[in-house]
Amino acid sequence: MLDRLSFPQPYLSLILFVVWQFLSDGMSGASIVMGFVLAWLIPQLTRSFWPDPPAFVRPWKLPFYLALVLYDIVIASISVARLILSGRQPKPVLVSYPLELTHPLAISMLASTISLTPGTVSADVSDDRALLLIHALDAESDEEVINAIRTRYEARLKEMFP
Amino acid sequence: MNTIAEYTLVTLLLAGGFFTLVGAIGLARLPDFYTRLHGPTKATTVGVGAIVLSSVIYFSSKGEGVDISEVLITVFLFLTAPVSANILAKAAMHIGVSTTKNTQGNTWDQ
Repeated sequence: MLDRLSFPQPYLSLILFVVWQFLSDGMSGASIVMGFVLAWLIPQLTRSFWPDPPAFVRPWKLPFYLALVLYDIVIASISVARLILSGRQPKPVLVSYPLELTHPLAISMLASTISLTPGTVSADVSDDRALLLIHALDAESDEEVINAIRTRYEARLKEMFP
Repeated sequence: MNTIAEYTLVTLLLAGGFFTLVGAIGLARLPDFYTRLHGPTKATTVGVGAIVLSSVIYFSSKGEGVDISEVLITVFLFLTAPVSANILAKAAMHIGVSTTKNTQGNTWDQ
């Protein structure tokens, strides 16, 4: 019974609460109560769908990671725009990326980052979660793509999800 | 509304429109399904991001307090765009859509 009154996913609950404050016009007593109800109810209802909660350490590194991703999105969009407008044929590469991350949530964060940064789309994860198939729009070789992702994103995610 | 806010607005709207347009051109010009997949995920990230940000600045500079709830649009787009791109790519591989000739590497078959 006590189990039903807990917050099984504290971070998810926090996000739900904050998002609800944004959605309801300004903070008020009603929106705070409703935020608490949602932050409790939604993780409880969906708990059987979630994998085991990840070992999420060093959460303060997350804002820096998000800032880095935002910066990269802007920079890389410009290079993709130049490629599209230049009229040159792109050189696409399909890369099988050997994953070092193991937790499903960490892998999906990496895959989303790869899809959001222009020039790469993550297409598939192998069934044993060891490989990630990435489609790069314009690259010279797979090593180039693998090294860029390894040092820039995966190393930082590994610090947060060891 | 002050001049700085107006110039920021114009810049953001132009940038948003530009990147959305380039995304559409890319959709028409790129050679195969997998490269075209890059268009929609990218146009939404920067194009919609810039347009929503300009909307936030417009309504904030009208003096009714800072309202950043519209930023949620961008956040939800950023969360969902990679998922749709991923499903599209998986579906394309499943039915065996071929890549252009100069693509290095192969799709999977699992």
